[in-house]
This record gives sequence, structure tokens and C-alpha cells, in this order.
Amino acid sequence: MPQAKIVLKNCGIIDPKDINTYRTKDGFKALDKARGMTAAGVINEIKTSGLRGRGGAGFPCGVKWEGARNSPGDEKYVICNADEGEVGTFKDRYIIQNDPFSLVEGLAIAGYTVGARQGYIYLRAEYSYLLGLLRGAIDQAQEAGYLDGFNIAIRLGAGAYICGEESALMESIEGKRGESRYRPPFPTVAGLWQKPTTINNVETLMNVAQIVLNGGGWYAQMGTERSKGTKVFSVSGDVARPGVYEMVLGSPLRELVEGLAGAKDIKMIQIGGATGRIIPYDMIDTPLAFESYLGAGAITVYNKSRDVLDIVGRTMEFLAEESCGKCTPCRQGMEWMVEVLGRFHRGEGLARDIGYMEVLADTMALSSLCGLGQAAPFAVVDTLKYFRSDYEKGISGK
Amino acid sequence: MSKKDATKKTFDNILLTLEETQEKVGYLPAEFMVELADSLDVPVSDVYGVASFYSFLATRPPGRNVIRICKSLPCHLKDGQTIIDTIEKEIGVKPGRTTPDGRFSFELTNCIGLCDGAPAMLINHNVHVDLTPGKIASILDKYK
Ligand SMILES: Cc1cc2nc3c(=O)[nH]c(=O)nc-3n(C[C@H](O)[C@H](O)[C@H](O)COP(=O)(O)O)c2cc1C
Ligand code: FES
Repeated sequence: MPQAKIVLKNCGIIDPKDINTYRTKDGFKALDKARGMTAAGVINEIKTSGLRGRGGAGFPCGVKWEGARNSPGDEKYVICNADEGEVGTFKDRYIIQNDPFSLVEGLAIAGYTVGARQGYIYLRAEYSYLLGLLRGAIDQAQEAGYLDGFNIAIRLGAGAYICGEESALMESIEGKRGESRYRPPFPTVAGLWQKPTTINNVETLMNVAQIVLNGGGWYAQMGTERSKGTKVFSVSGDVARPGVYEMVLGSPLRELVEGLAGAKDIKMIQIGGATGRIIPYDMIDTPLAFESYLGAGAITVYNKSRDVLDIVGRTMEFLAEESCGKCTPCRQGMEWMVEVLGRFHRGEGLARDIGYMEVLADTMALSSLCGLGQAAPFAVVDTLKYFRSDYEKGISGK
Repeated sequence: MSKKDATKKTFDNILLTLEETQEKVGYLPAEFMVELADSLDVPVSDVYGVASFYSFLATRPPGRNVIRICKSLPCHLKDGQTIIDTIEKEIGVKPGRTTPDGRFSFELTNCIGLCDGAPAMLINHNVHVDLTPGKIASILDKYK
């Protein structure tokens, strides 16, 4: 069964404005149950489930929580990352629009487990129209007494993709420019205001209540060896039915893209948005799993009419604009990539620049400060591998 | 924002203060940024550095309505450029500009998470999706 609903189980079923409809669907039972367990007990269930972060990096959720729990200090924080800025990603928006309560419950369980009295939801400014719904869910949960001893505040971003990166996000909550931090120390040791902090993507937290209720073992039955449970995908581009689809991990990409979304004449697929990977159509039987590549689950489909160099060029322009500018390889590297890709696109490329791009891609991947610069060259690297002739056609005089 | 949070480490939070001011005043006047820097005893560049970092913070007065149309790939694939051109024709200014009557600011933006409704745009806090050139005039008409 490739499609399954764990994260999206309440979407379209409950009224996102009314906590009582959520209660009839086992709402807040997991939080009650968790509070009857020890923190170590909850961490154990999450670890057993194999749940990995859904925001892009795939870090094991239980290990992160355990790290923050075990870090010394009375003041700790839990953060929900609702910045969703990756190109082609809209699943977190869909989740908040349809079931903000599961998110609040997941964050409250995180707070209890980590030992945090304060939680933050960092919502991108582009989603300001979700503020009312999200505040309503928090307020109703508070009035119903579910959040005793735990406070949740919403912080609104101000239009910066980099603020989805966890350390930049923390700088932003602290009121500063959203520039990435050097690591170590990692957030579980010194995060927000240098206190032990966990940060999780919206979708990661949506899984938590289900795992606590049904057990980590139940969750771990789904998926592959290193990718347990389901993943929510945002499918867009050249497809008949763009939208949000939840699949059991390990399902073939073909089923999602051709079967569910109805794509035809596919040339290539970008998985994970601007910082994601590009694969040609003949790799469409790749399983959807961390073992291959997932990112945050953005699936952008390009049909045969599309120009590879145009797509890579636009991808790089996006990243060049959104680089925070703190480290040189990312800031300068991106600028050069954009310039050179433009030349190839106009048919003015130099043959030797292909080699230079490959060297620069390596340099950026190895020496950039954060995931933005490290992942930025993927689109270039992948298309140089699978669509090299498109670059060769862009060489001046050819 | 809850009461507890307001007392907590937010008194010197530059971003929050700027966001609140923009919400009230519409933009961030230079005098305000200077005063804020003085009151926090930090260089003005610390405040301006935050203001200029975030694309939603404006250091000049924007139009009464801010159009933010998406230019990222999923929207681009659905003919987003045609919509951008249509708006430009309709309001008579290029992206990055404000109409002389102050009715609209027109901005191109990166993905706004509405790619399932591409091409998409925000006007102020409102969502407009599945845009076609034919829809633009009547949408803009609603914003005075
Ligand atoms: C440039 C960049 C942008 C990111 N944007 C987001 C984002 O919008 N939302 C998100 O959840 N994670 C984003 N991440 C990943 C976060 O840094 C972090 O890994 C994640 O929030 C951790 O939560 P998880 O373990 O539950 O996935 C981004 C990372 C990078 C490098
Ligand atoms: S690409 Fe336009 S909303 Fe995502």
C-alpha cells in the first residue's frame, strides 16, 4: 500500500478551527499518555520508530531530543520550523491549514520530553494568513488545559529563505540578521540564546502523537531499512494533478509522479527544490527514501519541452539571492555560477568553464558554512552528469 | 503573542520591534531606526543591518497594497511571466516600483508555497492562485 495517512490523517476530517473535532479523533490523548511516561520512555519510543527529520536533513528525531534532554541547564527550548521556503514545497502550509492541533500536540510532547517550558513556532511571513488559525489552535489547547506549564509563541519571519536553516532561524528569533552560525556547538547543546534547543520541521512533529499513541514498533513496520513511516510530498510543475501526497517511504517515485500526479513526457525531476537533486526520467523507478534522496519532499517535474540550462540557471539565481552572504564560498561561488550558466544559456560558454564549475562545486560543497552553500551546486553537478550535452551545446561557436 | 513571551528577552529584540513598527506605520522611517539604536545603545548599522536583511521589511513607504508575485520555477513553468507582464501593463509600473498614486507596490518574490496553485501571488495578506491574464483586472479592482 503506497499511500497511507499518518501525518495527513485528520486533514479534511476535522475542523481546523475547532478543538472538539480534534478531540473526537484521539486528539491530545498522546500528550496525556506521554506525560504519564518518563522522558526517557518517550525518547525510547521515538528512537524505536526510526523517525527522521522531515525538514531536509533527515536527522534521527529521538537522538536530537535525547541530546537536548541530557544537556545540562534548566532553561531549554523547543522550536517548530514552519519557515518552508524551499522552492516547490507547500506541505507544511497544507498541514497547518488542515490540522494545526496535531502540530501543537507534537510540539507540547517535544517540550515535555526535552524539559522545555517555552516553545516557538517560526512561521514564514509569506504564510501570515495562517496566523489566526495557528493562534486559535494554541489558545484553544491552552484554555482546555493541555498546555499547563508549557507556553507556545509564534514568531513571524520577514521574508528570508535562509531563516529555514536552523541556526539562522535561531538568530532570527533572537532578533538579528538571519545568518548561519558556525558549528559546533550544536543547538542541542547551545541553541536559542545559547540554551539547549531542539528544532523540528512541522511534518516531523506531526508524526509524534501517532508514535506515542501506537508505539515506535508500529511505526517502524512501515518503510525501508533506514527510512521509516511515511513522507508528505509536494508535487508541482509539469503534472496534471499538482498537490500534496503522503506515501509510505520506499514507494517508487514513478507511482507518485506518473500514477498520482499524472505527469507525462517527463524529461527530468528535481527532488528537494533548489538545494535538491535532479534526476533524468530513466531513473524514475528510484525509491522515495533517505537511502536515495528526499530533501523536504518537493518534487518538481519538468517535461521534454523544458530547457535544462534555463532551469539550472533559475535555480542558481534563487540561491544567489537567498545566500545570507556570511561565508565566501557560498556568496561568491553562487555569483560566479549564475554568471557562467548565463553564458552557456546564451551560447557563449567557454569549454574550460565546465571543468571550473566542477571544481567550484566541490569547493562550495566542502567549505560552505551551512547547508545552503553545501547543497547549492547539486543542480549543476547533477545536470553536468546527466545532461552534459546541453552544456556542450552552449559552448561559444558550437 | 502571549504575556509570558512579551516579558521574555524581547525588550531588546530588534527584529520584533521592527516588525511591530512596520505593522503600525507601514514602513521603517530612518529616524525611528536611529532612535531604536540609541535606546539599545548599539550602532545604527546594527538596526539597519536587520532591516535590510529581510525582504518583507521596508525602509521606504510602500504602496497601500503590496503585490508579491512568485517568479520561482513551478510558477514559471505555468506561464508566470505572462501574469507578471499582465500586471505590469495593468498598473503601469515595472516590478520593484510603486505606482505614482501610491495604490500598488509591485514586487517579484521567490516561492511562496502555493505551487499547487501556480501561478500564484500574494496581495497584502491575501492569496491569489491559478492566475490567468483574464483574472488580473478583476482581482486588482478589489484593492483600492
Ligand atoms: C538553506 C536551508 C533552508 C532550510 N529550510 C528549512 C525549512 O524551511 N523548514 C525546515 O523544516 N527545515 C529547513 N531546513 C533544515 C533545518 O536546518 C533543520 O535541519 C530542520 O528544521 C530540522 O528539523 P527536522 O530534523 O525535524 O527535519 C533548511 C536547511 C537549509 C540548509
Ligand atoms: S513556485 Fe510559485 S508558489 Fe512556489
